[in-house]
Amino acid sequence: MALLQISEPGQSAAPHQHKLAIGIDLGTTNSLVATVKSGMATVLQDEHGHALLPSVVRYMPDGSVQVGHEAQAQQSHDPANTIASAKRFMGRSLKDIADRAHIPYHFVDSADANKLLQLQTRAGLRTPVEISADILKTLKMRAEKSLGVDNGRGELLGAVITVPAYFDDAQRQATKDAARLAGLTVLRLLNEPTAAAVAYGLDNAAEGTFVIYDLGGGTFDVSILKLTKGVFEVLATNGDSALGGDDFDHRIYCWVLDKIRESDSHFSPLNEQDTRLLLTKSRQAKEWLTDNHEAQIVCRLSNGSLVDVMLSAQQFVALTQQLVLKTLTPTRKAMRDANLELTQINGVVLVGGATRMPQVRQAVEDYFKQTPLTNLDPDKVVALGAAIQANALVGNRSDNDLLLLDVTPLSLGLETMGGLVEKIIPRNSTLPVARAQDFTTYQDGQTAMSIQVVQGERELVADCRSLARFELRGIPAMAAGAARIRVTFQVDADGLLSVSAREQATGIEAHVLVKPSYGLTEDEITYMLKSSFGSAEADKKARMLAEARVNAGAIISAVNIALNQDGALITAAEKQAIEAEIETLQTLSQNDDALAINQGVDKLNHATEAFAAARMNASVQRALNGKNLDAINL
Amino acid sequence: MSLNYYQLFDLPPIFNIALATLETNYRKIQSEAHPDRFVTASSADKLKSMQLATLANEAYQTLKNPANRAQYLLTLNGINATNESNTSMPADFLMQQMEWRETLEDASMASDILTLQALYDEMLAAAKGLAADLAQLFDEKKDYTNACETTRKLIFIDKVCADIQQAIEHLD
Repeated sequence: MALLQISEPGQSAAPHQHKLAIGIDLGTTNSLVATVKSGMATVLQDEHGHALLPSVVRYMPDGSVQVGHEAQAQQSHDPANTIASAKRFMGRSLKDIADRAHIPYHFVDSADANKLLQLQTRAGLRTPVEISADILKTLKMRAEKSLGVDNGRGELLGAVITVPAYFDDAQRQATKDAARLAGLTVLRLLNEPTAAAVAYGLDNAAEGTFVIYDLGGGTFDVSILKLTKGVFEVLATNGDSALGGDDFDHRIYCWVLDKIRESDSHFSPLNEQDTRLLLTKSRQAKEWLTDNHEAQIVCRLSNGSLVDVMLSAQQFVALTQQLVLKTLTPTRKAMRDANLELTQINGVVLVGGATRMPQVRQAVEDYFKQTPLTNLDPDKVVALGAAIQANALVGNRSDNDLLLLDVTPLSLGLETMGGLVEKIIPRNSTLPVARAQDFTTYQDGQTAMSIQVVQGERELVADCRSLARFELRGIPAMAAGAARIRVTFQVDADGLLSVSAREQATGIEAHVLVKPSYGLTEDEITYMLKSSFGSAEADKKARMLAEARVNAGAIISAVNIALNQDGALITAAEKQAIEAEIETLQTLSQNDDALAINQGVDKLNHATEAFAAARMNASVQRALNGKNLDAINL
Repeated sequence: MSLNYYQLFDLPPIFNIALATLETNYRKIQSEAHPDRFVTASSADKLKSMQLATLANEAYQTLKNPANRAQYLLTLNGINATNESNTSMPADFLMQQMEWRETLEDASMASDILTLQALYDEMLAAAKGLAADLAQLFDEKKDYTNACETTRKLIFIDKVCADIQQAIEHLD
């Protein structure tokens, strides 16, 4: 009989306990949450058995928030307070929204064209980040209930959240901000086509070169991956972050409007309710045409007039031909970037609800000269892949055989003289990636300089998206041209940029001041967190303290595990120093000073730097069978 | 002294490397070092992981591409191939280079994708020939002077290839 293992009172449970992690597909039209249960990736359902949560949020008259099917049902009745497709506005400013006239929301005008857009709702001003956070909160609650977090069956360690591969830095940052507002720990932002490839590849034990063609509600991605024994290497990615199934609905909507105008020359512009109603009818017609030859669109407008038109599948194909063609341009670009011939593609996987349209399938088949693979549910495959990755990231997969090597979708560049862009990190570079660039001063005694970073493929700064204007301060005063400031641009595994700078001659670390051209400031996030968790100052303090304690607990346990495994790599004195910091932090955690706890965390981190380097060296050494990498200067 | 890219991947410092070994060892290192392995680790571990994974990516891209590899191998032998004093090119290559440029410009103006594609294929063939030359110059003759000239030719061809790709992209 096996002996029961019982841990010491107060210590965390057995280390082999299954760690809870989820994958979230935060979609334009629908969102899903999935997890790995007993080795199987499963999409979690709500209490009514729905897997798909419509990405629709309604702000109710009584101050509550409705998310999903109920909100979607009220779209036509309460258009200004019922927000759908908020993903299309993530990280975007008003000037990015082309078809504002056809969107039934109250956008807030701002003198600053680059300011992130806001919507006026019954609940006050709302940003797309907050709206997305409401969707994420709903999914988080669903997961906690389903996994039994509330019943003490474990703690939710975090989530992998998927984003379109073609999302830029601003859109990724906005997604991360939304998760933070929803109280979710982001394990990783994962590109949607890569997630789909993981689910597909593991399910089919696929090997070779695969294309993922992902046409969602509002975004289009195409990624080309090489699959070898659990390694998913993205060779190239491309796309259009403002092209999706919504646009097909919109073509039908415009066609219906034309029909109404033909029969009624005195026709006046539609109000918000009618706009929403016709858009919904257009979406239904699109879905109907997947399996039928014609769709009848019938509805009564608020002025009493009846709309009754018939749209044939043939007409629909003609109306949307340009949209379908628009997906092939990024597809060809990705093929060229990957340096591949069509004959080298082993399979084409279709992802996203919009790939159900027969004309889309046909276009993909015609281009690749092979029948696309559709054996996975195109709505669920991304969430399933995210769950598998989340499960691996928290260490539940015993075998270290899943490795995702993803790329940056857009080139990063710097503004040079005359508004030109100097590329520093080309698109499709494998992540993480860093590039250093040296700068010098223009004037004697100059102590600061400003650097503009842009993202995009165009040659003029004005045609790219400005990521940030960095101000380097604290450069030692020297003659013009004497200072050598090395600025390092690092893009991490989430595809997010960070910058550091150092003056080479003196070794002085120049202070980098990041002024994002987009995104929420720390103050705005704090304010939103405050208003979403109740405005009392005490609440905020309690929350900060709770966060600091969780953080301290996590690092103490990480360091303890490391010491157990690799304690032999360092001297007894070094080990003692680390253990002393752990003890200090443990004491601090029992007090109520969040700031002191955070400082303790920083100190422990600092104390383990050399140990971390030794561990990294040892693990790589193991990987290459005894190669000593002690000399790598990290 | 820090390890060079060849040592990182356990490869001999030659031009004609075993690409399969490069790929295998790159994956072995990323399997251990990639930030995905350190999601719940301390921030010191996370930082080291990102630095090593970044280095491995940089080293892999350098050794995978023949022009970059040749340039790197020259650097290890104390030669900077793109140094401003290293600009001489044989007359026949200069002539050919002008012809290629002209074909590229004419085809771009005429929106002639087929010619651009044919030119691209021609460049790939030329690059292949130069890579074969480099294997001899580096690995057999140890003739770094001529290897440097050939490397510069290869860098030039890579640049034309990139320009052709861009021209095709513009027309697409």
